[in-house]
Amino acid sequence: MYVYDEFDWAFLEQRVAEFRDQVRRRLAGELTEDEFKLLRLLNGVYLQLHAYMLRIGIPYGTLSSEQLRALAHVARTYDRGYGHFTTRQNIQFHWIKLEQLPDAMGYLAQHRLHGIQTSGNSIRNVTTDQWAGVTPEEIEDPRIWAELIRQHTTLHPEFSFLPRKFKIAITASAHDRAAIKIHDISLRLYRNAEGEAGFEVGVGGGLGRIPYLAQTIKPFLPRRDLLSYIEAILRVYNQYGRRDNIHKARIKILVHQIGVEKFAEEVEAEWQTIRDGPLALEPSVVAEIATRFRYPAYETLVDNPDALTSARLTDRAFATWFNACVNRHKVRGYAIVTLSLKPEGGTPGDATAEQMDAIADLADRYSCGEIRVGHEQNLVLPNVRQRDLVELWRALDAIGVALPNINLASDIIACPGLDYCSLANARSIPVAQELTRRFRDLDVARNLGRLHINISGCINACGHHHVGHIGILGVEKNGEEFYQVTIGGRADEKAELGALIGPAVPYADVANVVEDIAAAYLELRERSDELFIDTVKRLGVEPFRERVYATRQAG
Amino acid sequence: MRLVKQGRVVEDRFVRWLDDAPVPEGVAVIVPHARLFAEPDLLRRSAPTGVIWPNDRKVAELAPYVDRLALVALVFPVFKDGRAFSQARILREQYGFAGELRATGQVLRDQFVFMLRAGFNAFEVTKDADAAAFAETTRRYSIFYQPTGDGRRTAASARRGRVPAAPAGREPALQDT
Repeated sequence: MYVYDEFDWAFLEQRVAEFRDQVRRRLAGELTEDEFKLLRLLNGVYLQLHAYMLRIGIPYGTLSSEQLRALAHVARTYDRGYGHFTTRQNIQFHWIKLEQLPDAMGYLAQHRLHGIQTSGNSIRNVTTDQWAGVTPEEIEDPRIWAELIRQHTTLHPEFSFLPRKFKIAITASAHDRAAIKIHDISLRLYRNAEGEAGFEVGVGGGLGRIPYLAQTIKPFLPRRDLLSYIEAILRVYNQYGRRDNIHKARIKILVHQIGVEKFAEEVEAEWQTIRDGPLALEPSVVAEIATRFRYPAYETLVDNPDALTSARLTDRAFATWFNACVNRHKVRGYAIVTLSLKPEGGTPGDATAEQMDAIADLADRYSCGEIRVGHEQNLVLPNVRQRDLVELWRALDAIGVALPNINLASDIIACPGLDYCSLANARSIPVAQELTRRFRDLDVARNLGRLHINISGCINACGHHHVGHIGILGVEKNGEEFYQVTIGGRADEKAELGALIGPAVPYADVANVVEDIAAAYLELRERSDELFIDTVKRLGVEPFRERVYATRQAG
Repeated sequence: MRLVKQGRVVEDRFVRWLDDAPVPEGVAVIVPHARLFAEPDLLRRSAPTGVIWPNDRKVAELAPYVDRLALVALVFPVFKDGRAFSQARILREQYGFAGELRATGQVLRDQFVFMLRAGFNAFEVTKDADAAAFAETTRRYSIFYQPTGDGRRTAASARRGRVPAAPAGREPALQDT
């Protein structure tokens, strides 16, 4: 956990006071809705179909139990008793009243939570691996760097009115759980051949109407130069990014219009003028931030305690959950546990206030008071003693978050879609819900293996459909909801954009299409352990297209 | 529109001279950039000369003139177009421009702190009420997370060298510098 100091507290209080005044001016008619819009967006406040929506950032996906209880309180007091975890380590409340927003924000600020720069054309919440700090894979805790970036980019005077939103993600593991390649800036912390740690910097990733994966412009950036290099990228973008067309305003378009080499040269030239200035990160500055990350006092324990081993051998249901939801921890005797927010018939990523309170209590009891949020819209208890796993599993099951479907077909990523969002063309949630019913049989789902289904209700791609193994995009045709289906996308270290299998299909048929794709895969795979994504890679789209459109009109 | 300098509403001593008419001697004027390029000798007049600089041209083009320009007016065509923030910092921090840096266009109170931090020191404020609230608005923040050329102390510099803090409670805010 990052512990706030007096500067962080004072800043947040000042921000809440400013927003309170902005809401007052809006309600008094001193601000037009157009003027207020920009201000509220910089505080995470959207106007949606039915009400205002408040998006709260969860920096690098780390929450304390106290913070999760604060979110539960907001859900209960100011919303309708639940919240929605998004694909970018945020939580959204969809039914907030404008007059109550300052109070809700004031309450959240007391718990180090806020909506600053979770929307608008600003530098958004910096995201990272939800296993940061606990996975044995990483070379160091990426959250220290994420926090340095968070502070540097918070109310940045030069970059608060960019051409478009700007997203940064960072990983320090070889296996990328942060989907860095679909971000405006991707940062991969690794050790070079000399053993020095530094960042591979990519730029220009992003989904939406014109999807691109980030391209590397700096293969190895020393850690001291992280902030100055990001500043240089942003300065080039702020000046030259397009502002005449909202659909062409992301940095990815600039990178592709001038070419990645030319873009890299511009950044390099700018960077040379500032790299040795005040943004150069002295080790003492990094160390100071690092000291304010508090780690649990781990006990000396052994791996695979007898109680765990015997439960795995004797209790099939537990063993199933263990295999799907429990992962290796860097400290002996501990485990990382993923909680599924994807129940059958549920809305992906939703949690009720009661669930949040219960999970906070379980985190206190079993996870050193810590909870994580991943971009897959599930939660994680990152510090569980292996000997407590059986007990924890029963407790999680009692509140409906122990479904062993992590990474399976029913572990669906979806945006809120037309049920809430004013940008959407089609519904996402009912499609996800129907698919969780189609793949309810966990034996069937396990036979299909790792299969990521992503659903977006419009081309803005909040459900990251381009990088789903199966991607579903809602479109509108003559006033009706249709869905385009892509396959072969992935968001990890081998990131790829999916390919369209054919014409869009109507709402009533989309779940059937997904089932047909799954059936085709089972026939086409070479071995039972060839993953769906690998079969698509090997064979391409064609055999799937044939299967899906054999019984449907292709046009 | 009101001009704010040093926290107060003031009279504008500059006249915008936007057509081709000869520039009168002894009058402080602001001319379009094309006029400045066509007649660089304007900068040798006894009275101050400023330029309106569009937000889609590189401020590097002003480098030869920064020593003699009295004023650069940067443009925010709409509130959400933030290009002039970069232009301001580059002019101040890379080209050492020390004259009046004026924010023009749609200038609202909610940008004042950002503009001050980017190097602006004069503001053509769109709404009278915002101009009147300038001093109050710019006192709102005492904590700044990133260094700019304005010299304000940042949280990082204040933390430098201190003994790592105990888990923080709520302590008084850092005083403004």
